[in-house]
Amino acid sequence: MATAISVRQVAKRYGAVEALAGVDLAVDQGEFFGLLGPNGAGKTTLISALAGLVRPDRGRIEVMGCDVIDDYRNARRQLGVVPQELVFDPFFTVRETLTIQSGYFGIANNAGWIDEILANLDLTSRADTNMRALSGGMKRRVLVAQALVHRPPVIVLDEPTAGVDVELRRTLWQFIRRLNRDGHTIILTTHYLEEAEDLCSRIAMLRAGRVVALDSTANLLRRFSSRVLKFRLGPGPGLPEALARRATPAEGAWTLLFEHQAEIEQVLAQLRLAGCAVEDVEVGKPELEEVFIRVMKDAAPP
Amino acid sequence: MIGFRTLLYKEVLRFWKVGTQTVAAPVLTALLYLLIFSHVLEAHVRVYGSVAYTAFLIPGLVMMSVLQNAFANSSSSLIQSKVTGNIIFVLLPPISYREFFAAYVIAAIVRGLVVGGGVLAATLWFTPLDFAYPLWILVFALIGGGVLGSLGVVAGIWADKFDQLAAFQNFLIMPLTFLSGVFYSVHSLPTFWQRVSHYNPVFYMIDGFRYGFFGVSDVSPWRSLAVAAACFAVLATLTLLLLKRGYKLRS
Repeated sequence: MATAISVRQVAKRYGAVEALAGVDLAVDQGEFFGLLGPNGAGKTTLISALAGLVRPDRGRIEVMGCDVIDDYRNARRQLGVVPQELVFDPFFTVRETLTIQSGYFGIANNAGWIDEILANLDLTSRADTNMRALSGGMKRRVLVAQALVHRPPVIVLDEPTAGVDVELRRTLWQFIRRLNRDGHTIILTTHYLEEAEDLCSRIAMLRAGRVVALDSTANLLRRFSSRVLKFRLGPGPGLPEALARRATPAEGAWTLLFEHQAEIEQVLAQLRLAGCAVEDVEVGKPELEEVFIRVMKDAAPP
Repeated sequence: MIGFRTLLYKEVLRFWKVGTQTVAAPVLTALLYLLIFSHVLEAHVRVYGSVAYTAFLIPGLVMMSVLQNAFANSSSSLIQSKVTGNIIFVLLPPISYREFFAAYVIAAIVRGLVVGGGVLAATLWFTPLDFAYPLWILVFALIGGGVLGSLGVVAGIWADKFDQLAAFQNFLIMPLTFLSGVFYSVHSLPTFWQRVSHYNPVFYMIDGFRYGFFGVSDVSPWRSLAVAAACFAVLATLTLLLLKRGYKLRS
């Protein structure tokens, strides 16, 4: 599989703050790639370096094989960036904004594609509305549209759903998923871990400017996540000593953590043997949030 | 090329859409200066022996409008884009720093010429004016607009806040343009102030521009042309260097 994004040994320092401390990453073409990390982990700096907005102190970045500094013209043509901030130019209408953005990328007649993007993002009825008159969610859609005017093979979304309502989030992800199916490489940063879990096939976790985890989403979930068993005990004998040591009481119920699904069987067998009346059994699925918290804890400086 | 053309078009469209503020208002301001100063001084002052004061004043006001509005256009566009964050839309595309420079400076010149043309058209009613050497008029308007447009790019990139830009405008641009012989011939000044005026590059732009109308000026138009062109060369080089380094635009 050809590489869409290649980041090698990229470092960037702002005074005393080490925003990126030698990041290595490679994203294949066609991937839906997640970039996660707490605030200040370096996600936005990395994306800015990718887009040529920030010049790294060292290291190299290529987009579809084009160096973002030496061959910036070709690199930028390959890249569509949806910025995190809700920015817009108050002088223009939606259509003017998109026509101008197309021109910046060297495309003179783009009306057909612009109409298509507008339709896909539910913006057709707002095409001739001034940017100033749009709601926040609508402005967010225009930002997505602006990133797509030049049909970039690689699309970067920097927290695109921050402060966005459920309906828009749904249409947005439908559209982005379709772009991904059509072969676009998607790079996503988000604070909503369920979103990343749903959408991304591979995930990198950043902390203090370093990649602290990089694997497929499925592997990350398998590798780190434990299973949770939650149950109540009916009238009868209490929890056996061996289990009580491992269990945590919560709201009249007990929770137990496992590394492997098979252990659940053994616990249930022990409970039956002790004559306990087990009620309301729930088995929790592994969640990315839990993985995230554990990775961040492990990566914390001592 | 399309990228450059689009940025230029967008910069012109930007000021054109708010024309009341960017074109009509400065034309009105220039007219007010003309009304007041010509009313007070017309009967008392003659310049170059034969030129009536109102006729003398008009080219000065036209050129001052060209210069101030060229500066205002590039500087305010950039600071607005930086403060609101939409500067990112011109930083993400494959536009070179040279195209960036050319688009902002040419748009500034266009704004200067539109406002200057407006002032000229509006003041023509007051007094007949010679157009001795139209080519000189055009050359000085273009170079002057280029100098101030380029300075506007520097100021717009340097300033982080609107008040910093206002300081630049109030403490540098206004004194330079007002103390440049717009309202008087420097020959009417005491020797000391005459000498000081000769260190003001804007003086040469106004003087050369005025030469195009009357065929008379305080200094030779060639000398004025040399000073104005040198100013442009220095400022353009500085601006291009800053843009190439990504000063305050690409960290």
